[in-house]
Amino acid sequence: MRRKVDNYAKYGYIFSIPFVVAFLFFSLYPLIYTTVIGFTDLQGLGKSSFSFLSNPFENFQIVLTAPTFQSSVRNTFVIWIINFIPQILLALLLTAWFTSRRYRIRGQGAFKVMLYMPNIITAATIAILFNVLFMHPTGVVNHILQTVGILESSFNFINSMLASQLIIAFIQFWMWYGYTMLILISGVLGMSPDMFEAADIDGASGFQAFFFITLPNLRTILLFTLVTSLIGGLNMFDIPRLFNNGGPDNATTTASVFIFRQAFAGSYMYNRAAAASIVMFVIIALLSAILFYFMRDKEAIRLKKEEKLERQAAREAVK
Amino acid sequence: MKSTRIFKIIIYPICVLLSVMSILPFWVMFMNGTRSTPEIQRQAFSMLPSVHLFDNLNILLVGKSFDPWIGFVNSLTISTFATLCAVYFSSLTAYALVAYRWKAQKAFFAFILAVMMIPAQVTTIGFYQFMWSIGMTNSFLPLIIPAVASPAIVFFMRQYLYATLSIDIVNSGRIDGAGEFHIFNAIIIPIMKPAIATQAIFVFVATWNNFFLPLVLLTDSKKYTMPIMVSLLRGDTYRTEFGTVYLALSLSVLPLFVMYFTLSRYIIAGVALGGVKE
Repeated sequence: MRRKVDNYAKYGYIFSIPFVVAFLFFSLYPLIYTTVIGFTDLQGLGKSSFSFLSNPFENFQIVLTAPTFQSSVRNTFVIWIINFIPQILLALLLTAWFTSRRYRIRGQGAFKVMLYMPNIITAATIAILFNVLFMHPTGVVNHILQTVGILESSFNFINSMLASQLIIAFIQFWMWYGYTMLILISGVLGMSPDMFEAADIDGASGFQAFFFITLPNLRTILLFTLVTSLIGGLNMFDIPRLFNNGGPDNATTTASVFIFRQAFAGSYMYNRAAAASIVMFVIIALLSAILFYFMRDKEAIRLKKEEKLERQAAREAVK
Repeated sequence: MKSTRIFKIIIYPICVLLSVMSILPFWVMFMNGTRSTPEIQRQAFSMLPSVHLFDNLNILLVGKSFDPWIGFVNSLTISTFATLCAVYFSSLTAYALVAYRWKAQKAFFAFILAVMMIPAQVTTIGFYQFMWSIGMTNSFLPLIIPAVASPAIVFFMRQYLYATLSIDIVNSGRIDGAGEFHIFNAIIIPIMKPAIATQAIFVFVATWNNFFLPLVLLTDSKKYTMPIMVSLLRGDTYRTEFGTVYLALSLSVLPLFVMYFTLSRYIIAGVALGGVKE
């Protein structure tokens, strides 16, 4: 029987082959190739031969000191933060409401369907739709604001740096808070009801239960949300590119828009774009690592340490 | 009970307001798609449709670059095959991880977890150069085949299979003399149907909405996907035809709306499932 089991083991390898091959060719090789290109002189449409630069870090130096790249990284972070803070707060508030044990909200299913909906609609379409809605002078938003009396005359949102950044942050917020809410709700529903019952018996209020039981237990899922949103946010492309093509005055040029422009919009500087991509990759990897480090479950680590000490003690006692 | 009443008074209006906020931009888009440009310029939006749907459609279809039908067919082709690749091979990889004991098993799973977070966008330059050198730009294959390696879906499928697979079913197949690959296709795939359906919806939508990679790879306008078609609406040709632009935007997302409201129950449940990762 033992031999039979060992015999099946090869299928573990065989069935993993398609994944591994596709990964090597379409993820790992492009990643390595991108890194290599970052150290070369590869420029110009349709060229694929290249040689390494005499100063291998030239592209990285040029990219890192370029004001447009620096401002694109800054814009990316600014837009992500303006979108993420209200997003997580609103998602938490809605989670508290939708999982309230005191009062069950009617029509929850319908509300969830409505709030999540923008998330699955094509971002490219949404970007252009908002561009048209915010148009000057006859766009829908200008029309409404003038009718209500907030604005006296039409405001050119598309030409304002601040307004453009805020609108893009709003679109991100609007597309993603429903998703974040659903993830957090599923996290809360996955918690043991015993904890909440114990809190009820101890006379904890709804607020206390949320802040002292729900929130601490949501930590892992909050970390997951934070990291995935950060990675998505730092790769933001469709909306800034199509809302106003990175403008006005590069105010909405994100890192991805910068990389796209370097490589595919006229100048074909693949080497600079590759260097910028690797810089972004390193930033994303570092931030994810830092987040995991700070949010890791300290309690679990303490328990593990104690367990280890106990085992050691047990072993010594046997000796 | 006073607090419950306050709770109600605050919660329902806010939820309704947020729902309106979700639908309103799209409502305006669909309504304005049926209104003529002069109507839109006079009164920027209306809650009710007008009668100019076919006028707008005529302007849209006559001699301009935006072709919703080509975009639809191309996006449908790419999304369908990419979805099939992603769910089938992810299930197979997950099965390899759950059903067999092999040496590299743990290391392979750890590896999948590690690469799950790598954003495809940072590798685009290398990917583009690679595809260019083998003459695969303007082909759908580079948008389909890479779906075979979808670490996040493998992870989801593995968690599902881990909870549902009993090795007895596999063994009974073996006693009947079925080969391992046949067992996977005939027994395991049917077991995984619920997970496959959920993941299929999300892969399909994500591929359909993907803009960056198709934009980089596809330069032949006959190969354009729906999001690339939409991006053409930024061009000057349509600047003055507001009704037509709204109609074009509406057509680009109409299939998604139909799908979403038909499958919304499964989609909402699917998002929740994806969240219980830890």
